[in-house]
Amino acid sequence: MQHLSIFPILIPLLFGTIMLLPPISRDIHAQRVTSIIGTLFLLISCAFLLYQINNQGVQLYALGGWQAPFGIALVADKVSGLLVLLTAFLAFAVMLYAVAGQDKGGAYFHPLFMFQIMGINGAFLTGDIFNLFVFFEVLLIASYALLIHAGGKQKTQAALHYVILNLVGSSLFLFGLGILYGTLGTLNMADMAIKVGQLQGETATLAKTGALLLLVVFGLKAAMLPMHFWLPKTYASASAPVAALFAIMTKVGVYSIFRVYTVIFGEHAGELANIATPWLWPLALLTITIGSIGVLASPGIKTLSANLVIVSSGSLLACAAINSEAATSAALYYMVHSTLASAGLFLLADIMARQRGKAEDRFVRSRPFVQPKLLGFAFAILALALVGMPPLSGFVGKIMILQATQSTAQTMWVWPLILLGSLAALVTFSRAGTTLFWRHNGTVLAEAEQAKPMEIASIVLLLLAAPVLVLFGGVVSEFTQQAAHYLHDIQSSAYGLLPGVTP
Amino acid sequence: MEGMYAFCVGLLTACGIFLALRGRTFSVVIGLTLLSYAVNLFLFASGRLKLNAAAVLEQSEQYSDPLPQALVLTAIVIGFAMTAFVVILAMRARADLGNDHVDGTIPEPPNNTTQKSGGSQ
Repeated sequence: MQHLSIFPILIPLLFGTIMLLPPISRDIHAQRVTSIIGTLFLLISCAFLLYQINNQGVQLYALGGWQAPFGIALVADKVSGLLVLLTAFLAFAVMLYAVAGQDKGGAYFHPLFMFQIMGINGAFLTGDIFNLFVFFEVLLIASYALLIHAGGKQKTQAALHYVILNLVGSSLFLFGLGILYGTLGTLNMADMAIKVGQLQGETATLAKTGALLLLVVFGLKAAMLPMHFWLPKTYASASAPVAALFAIMTKVGVYSIFRVYTVIFGEHAGELANIATPWLWPLALLTITIGSIGVLASPGIKTLSANLVIVSSGSLLACAAINSEAATSAALYYMVHSTLASAGLFLLADIMARQRGKAEDRFVRSRPFVQPKLLGFAFAILALALVGMPPLSGFVGKIMILQATQSTAQTMWVWPLILLGSLAALVTFSRAGTTLFWRHNGTVLAEAEQAKPMEIASIVLLLLAAPVLVLFGGVVSEFTQQAAHYLHDIQSSAYGLLPGVTP
Repeated sequence: MEGMYAFCVGLLTACGIFLALRGRTFSVVIGLTLLSYAVNLFLFASGRLKLNAAAVLEQSEQYSDPLPQALVLTAIVIGFAMTAFVVILAMRARADLGNDHVDGTIPEPPNNTTQKSGGSQ
């Protein structure tokens, strides 16, 4: 179907709008049903889209019939198809969790959730860099409101930092775009990739300034050092479904880095070839380091999961710095794994916190759980996946990243840091598991609520991804390799998208 | 004209960044507003500055680039919405946290005996 590639944006927009209108907006049950149907629709259409991309190649959708580079184009290639499907799956699983009761904390949870999905999908699909900015703002303004969902001092404080930082980020984004438009005369990513090679002298320096400003903005979204300080507090204070959905937000930043610095400022960019690499190397490695230190120092599971998000961002940025097909392929695989696993951990942390009374999710001696076996089993699987132990997906993802290093120098830097990061996670998870499950005092909390069936279903769905990603590892990694090949091949990722332009 | 324009954008940006780095939410919000003004002017200039050149084809000999004007319009709308949100959030933070410092707590001055008009005063 010709219009399939805009469905991941239209479906959440439509369902979000419907839920703002009277008959449904007043009834939380109707909203829940609508949300589940909406995310299910989204999941199905994204699966179809991926199937279509796989069979027919890249889907180029010219909005309003205006041909690129003059109009805005949506480009559904293998990379965006995969990530849109990931978003839809995450949205469906998280929504299952939210409808069990977490959505009652504040008004408009469901419409905002839908608008955030719309922004994320749009950012993945768009082929125009100004449109990328617009979708960033859509997902950001929804995330601002979702972050203070259910209220509380901590949330307000974290939201204030998050909002101010991102507003400064948006200004820098626009400065970068202005410079790039002024020098290149186009905003279509494929067209920019073709024109950037012709820049010389002063103009090239100017364009470099713009490109590096964009790196700052994407780094802020991706929690790259030194712009990661907002993340632990924000993610740890957000309510569980929101934090789980935010697990994909850093990946939007990483995706933008891959898209912009592989396609536009990649190998073919003449004077500006690979300009981000010298910056990405040290920053990625430092991000892994600081994330691992944060993991070791975490006082509770929510902070631990937030710090693990930083470590995974650092690993993905290291892949971007290696800048080869194998590394991009590894990053795509690892992105899928780490998004689902950390979302699962955020949800599990919430259930655990509710069953432990005042101790919440902190690693202190406290009351035993109501459902120790269920929670313990889920915790063990998530820990194995996130640490990167065989036989789960974290292991495969990390092996792929380690294999992607090319020179001895790269191996010397990347291997120890990633392995030590895994060790830090292993130490913290063992410490956490021992305290949470084996060191109790007192009896089971009388008013503790058991995990609801919907919540268990949601976590099981997210947990299933870890073994499934290994069982179908061959198919998935072959797909990510094709996607990476597409991204690195300027012939298909730039010239192929502009009819009538030849090198 | 270009020099004047560039000076204005630079001044707005500098003031915006200075204010955004202050400790109270009010000055931060003003700083963000100035920064977004600077951005809007900057985007407008990215299509080059021209006199007597309307963005309409076939009406005059020379015409200006219409795309930056569309971009500025989008940026203004988005910036306006974001400013409105951050103002409300700042008021909410003032109510929830009991003060208007961005960190939620007013830091102790390092030395109580010397009265300096520092950043958070």
